[in-house]
Amino acid sequence: MADDPLAPPAALAGDVTVPPAVAGAEPVQSVCTPIRLSYTYTPGRALSRYLQAMAGKRILGERCGVTGQVFVPPRGVSPLAGTTTAGVVELADTGYVDSFNITRVPIERRPDLKPPYCSAWIVLDGASVGFMGLVINIPPEEVRIGMRVRAVWKPDDELETSAANIGGWEPTGEPDEVIDDYERLGRVGGQQP
Amino acid sequence: MIDVAVVSFAQRQEASIPGESEVEFMVPLMEQAKAAVDLTQADMGFTCSGSSDFLAGQAFSFVMTIDGTGPVPPISESHVEQDGAWALYEAWVKIQCGGIDTAFVYGYGKSSPGSLRDVLATQMDPYYVCPLWPDSYAVEALAARLMLEGGHVSERRLAEIAARSRVSAASNPHAVRSEPKTVDEILAEDHVLDPLRPSDLPAEADGGCAIVLAAGDRARELCERPAWIRGMDHRGDAHTLGVRDLTSSMSARLAAQHAGVADDKVDLAELYGPFTTSEHLLIDALGLDEDATAINPSGGALAAHTMMASGLIRIGEAASRIWSGDGDRAVAHATSGPCLQQNLVCVLEGD
Amino acid sequence: MASEVLQAPLVLEYPFTRSTGPVIGAFLTGLREGVICGIRRADGTVLCPPLEYDPLTAEPLTELVEVGQSGEVLTWAWNGEPRPMQPFDRPFAWALIRLDGADTSMLHAVFADSPSDMSTGMRVRAVWRSEREGHIADIAGFDPDPDPAGLS
Repeated sequence: MADDPLAPPAALAGDVTVPPAVAGAEPVQSVCTPIRLSYTYTPGRALSRYLQAMAGKRILGERCGVTGQVFVPPRGVSPLAGTTTAGVVELADTGYVDSFNITRVPIERRPDLKPPYCSAWIVLDGASVGFMGLVINIPPEEVRIGMRVRAVWKPDDELETSAANIGGWEPTGEPDEVIDDYERLGRVGGQQP
Repeated sequence: MIDVAVVSFAQRQEASIPGESEVEFMVPLMEQAKAAVDLTQADMGFTCSGSSDFLAGQAFSFVMTIDGTGPVPPISESHVEQDGAWALYEAWVKIQCGGIDTAFVYGYGKSSPGSLRDVLATQMDPYYVCPLWPDSYAVEALAARLMLEGGHVSERRLAEIAARSRVSAASNPHAVRSEPKTVDEILAEDHVLDPLRPSDLPAEADGGCAIVLAAGDRARELCERPAWIRGMDHRGDAHTLGVRDLTSSMSARLAAQHAGVADDKVDLAELYGPFTTSEHLLIDALGLDEDATAINPSGGALAAHTMMASGLIRIGEAASRIWSGDGDRAVAHATSGPCLQQNLVCVLEGD
Repeated sequence: MASEVLQAPLVLEYPFTRSTGPVIGAFLTGLREGVICGIRRADGTVLCPPLEYDPLTAEPLTELVEVGQSGEVLTWAWNGEPRPMQPFDRPFAWALIRLDGADTSMLHAVFADSPSDMSTGMRVRAVWRSEREGHIADIAGFDPDPDPAGLS
């Protein structure tokens, strides 16, 4: 063992000796070891129901039996109360922008997203939490917190059991939501129990 | 040392649970374990879980499962990428640190979306071994031949272990492999990976379990006959298969010594031996006498193997036999890694 | 409301490129050059494949040595149906192989026609891939050694 505990291990200090057959060769410094695992993914009860409703252009949330709050997308459990959700709630496909950002650099794996584009946290009417969506059909610079939006669904003949059925959210033209009263909006506020 | 006991246990294991997500099937179990001792999450001094994202291919799946605890306001919580038995160990240490007298522990696994034996190749050395993708059955088969040809075990003995598990499993509603088979019928099975036969392999399952720990007087309030943890230790062997003696388990032997298994009689032992070969090695490493100790009265992992929960389930199975009076002193064991690489041993006693 | 449970194919890929460090790097360099290296412990025994630290004492290990390309099968298991990710396209045996000059074993494949051609203690010889990059699979596998008495 090294006398100085802070000294690097001998191997890393370059003290490794190698046999002649290796000594003159360009050293290997990295190795590619890809992992590939195949699954048949099953999303479970709540998300299956949610995705099936999406095929009919409907958005389902779930109500917490303890607090009454409505969560979307539903996961079968209330993340606040830690209980199985009490029931399914059909939500409107309208809501408001709670927060947003503008992406100005492309993402390699999403060539369909042309910068600049706006990702937003959208709170549906009747929901207690927001979820992610793209705000479209408006210049990103004009998107603002509180702006009312509605879902832009894919054409009926392209609908699948997929959240991608909503291509984005466009302005409704209604007056902006005034986000100053979480209780009135039925929202989950901060970390209050 | 603070006296800590297992006071509640709930489990579910099925060959597959395709219709429910992990959090969907865990929440009822978590509620059941807490309700059995009339506690809620707010009563828990600490919460710890064990699971692996690789099983179902769901990144950060454990974060979703924490939703099931109702972690608002934020709870004192931790997670191990290990069998839930190691989560229980962490919770036990946390109680030993003082300041809390309850803890909630759960472990779960949903392996059915993938192929567990192949997924487990990823736990091997990433430079020398994993790129060849030896699956978990192949790796155990190498150890099995060493044991068989070295005279450490016979094929008949392995078949007897498999047959015994099936008999025990018949009275376990959570078992997924319980149809009886004679030793000769098992010996007549075709090899899956010579020398291993189907009955030598773990009975893969989806599921999980939840356990409540309580200390001292709190445990006595909550449970008529608490299953006191009298000793617990875990040890690990080297990662590289080629430097290990695969015909014995040094780490299980040491863990058993430090947990105090031999200090008194053992009425029953719940051993997490995924394979018949592993169960055989564990009986030896833990120094158990099969005439005096009931081995795997639940059927063990040969009857239902829920990855990341089977070890914690062994602790729950052992504890529930203390509660019922079926035993006064029990040993529970958990393992992780290829060929019993890591082992945890827990000694439980009733008053 | 439909209650059918959905399912979808999901493939997880991790395109890992790992740094080797000098010890594993030297071993993989050797494979690319067609030689197999072990590493010497303080007591003179040789670990192959080489480890960076002694598994008993945690002492850093630094002296790589060439070992033989033939060795002995310590244990084996017949793999009648290769799994999807395994780099072998026909039935083969998994084996722990102790190469000549090494004191520990490495896991690899032995190409035999059937389990009846396999036995513990049999001699095997490394089969090299023609194009090598510094990877454990540069050794395509091991063949039963037709000339066990020959020089390795």
